[in-house]
Amino acid sequence: MNETHSIQLKVNGKDYHLNLLPWTSLLDTLREEIQLTGTKKGCDHGQCGACTVIVDGKRILSCLTLSVMKDGSEITTIEGIADGENLHPIQKAFIEHDAFQCGYCTPGQICSAVGMLKEGKAKTREDVQELMSGNLCRCGASKGIIEAIMEVKEGGHHE
Amino acid sequence: MNNFSYTKAKNTTEAISQIDGDIRNKIVAGGTNINDLLKYFITKADKLVDINSITENHSIERLDDGGIRLGALYTNADTAYDPIIEERYPLLSKAILAGASAQIRNMATNGGNLLQRTRCYYFYDVNTPCNKRDPGSGCSAITGYNRIHAILGQSDDCIAVFPSDMCVGLAALDATINISGQDGDRVLAFAEFHRLPGDTPNIDNNLKHGEVITSIDLPEKGFPKNYSYLKLRDRSSYSFALVSVATAFDLENNKIKEARIALGGVAHKPWRVPEAEEYLKDKEPNEENFSAAAKIILQGAKGYEHNSFKIELAKRAIIRNCFMALNPETQRPGAKPSL
Repeated sequence: MNETHSIQLKVNGKDYHLNLLPWTSLLDTLREEIQLTGTKKGCDHGQCGACTVIVDGKRILSCLTLSVMKDGSEITTIEGIADGENLHPIQKAFIEHDAFQCGYCTPGQICSAVGMLKEGKAKTREDVQELMSGNLCRCGASKGIIEAIMEVKEGGHHE
Repeated sequence: MNNFSYTKAKNTTEAISQIDGDIRNKIVAGGTNINDLLKYFITKADKLVDINSITENHSIERLDDGGIRLGALYTNADTAYDPIIEERYPLLSKAILAGASAQIRNMATNGGNLLQRTRCYYFYDVNTPCNKRDPGSGCSAITGYNRIHAILGQSDDCIAVFPSDMCVGLAALDATINISGQDGDRVLAFAEFHRLPGDTPNIDNNLKHGEVITSIDLPEKGFPKNYSYLKLRDRSSYSFALVSVATAFDLENNKIKEARIALGGVAHKPWRVPEAEEYLKDKEPNEENFSAAAKIILQGAKGYEHNSFKIELAKRAIIRNCFMALNPETQRPGAKPSL
């Protein structure tokens, strides 16, 4: 029963070989095994979006994902969003638009926004609000968050 | 979570044999519901069987009879945004996009969507009685806070509702479900899949343990011209329905040739009343007729201390969504009411 599984994850371009128990969430793996603590544990039940990361090109919730099920996957966390010292346009826009207060939801918001722009389904501000609704901000920065995303979306420099 | 072992099944036969009819062995696909239930110790498992490697169930394909087969492992997001679904079954696309969040839709599979469990607060609270979680312990919702609970088809043992939006669309479209098990393959009509609680609310649906959903078939007729999905809830997005409605019409010369109306958030399964759809046949699409149909659908509805408002809300939602189906472009992101 307590058998570990040997898996490989590529996180922000770097390979990790891990021995994990099957019930280990991807969120706990990132934070506790790989020491990438940018990804946040909010509710741990898929209700807040703070743990959002990008797996094989898609934004997902790392708290509801078992790491053993993602063997061989490529993962981007908030630590891998910027290009070296150059912030991603979404990161710059978040700063310009005051898109956070306490900052706890911010890594999930940014990963989710990057994933959403890549999906290319949001046409209007109402679409953006709807497609970002899986990321909750309890401080009330949602207006700035949507402004920041709209600026990047309209500017078209998010690729 | 309790400790469990983990295996991967390469094909459906292997999945069935790895489950081996043992109730403590569970299938995992998208994991969005079962991993949550495991964390709360509502579901306990000895073994998780990961079916994501069954490649043939990830696809969408055209059927010889003109219908479409949705693989059980095709994700909710891929289904909603698939050009074939957007063009031929836009009602299904809208219903899917009204549910959960973008992240969850990216993970969740079509098969798993059918199998999600209720969001009744008492089902999730292991410290309270719940006949669905712990048969015979009682129902806390009937005398408790029951704002989100059932008004149709409920029993004295359970007033939980089935939370899916996608399934409301599938019910309206007369989908069928393809199932494989130790005794071979079988097909269930959508209306026959989920069940009413009766005195065994612990059983959500008619899938036997050890059986696997392999795909969902949509008949050729997809109502692409006149359709609408409306979802009313306590937040404007990312919460479960108080009432939702999937409506589709086939119109000819200002008469309704065929109508489909399915409700979500009101019962233990998507709620369809054939008499109401029959009533609308050959009638003009106007408020008087929509209102009469709504009345038929809500016949026998029963509310509780905190959810009686749902009866009137459902009637109004049905009428509003009939009008939205006449002008599908009035639909808004998140299945909000038309402006």
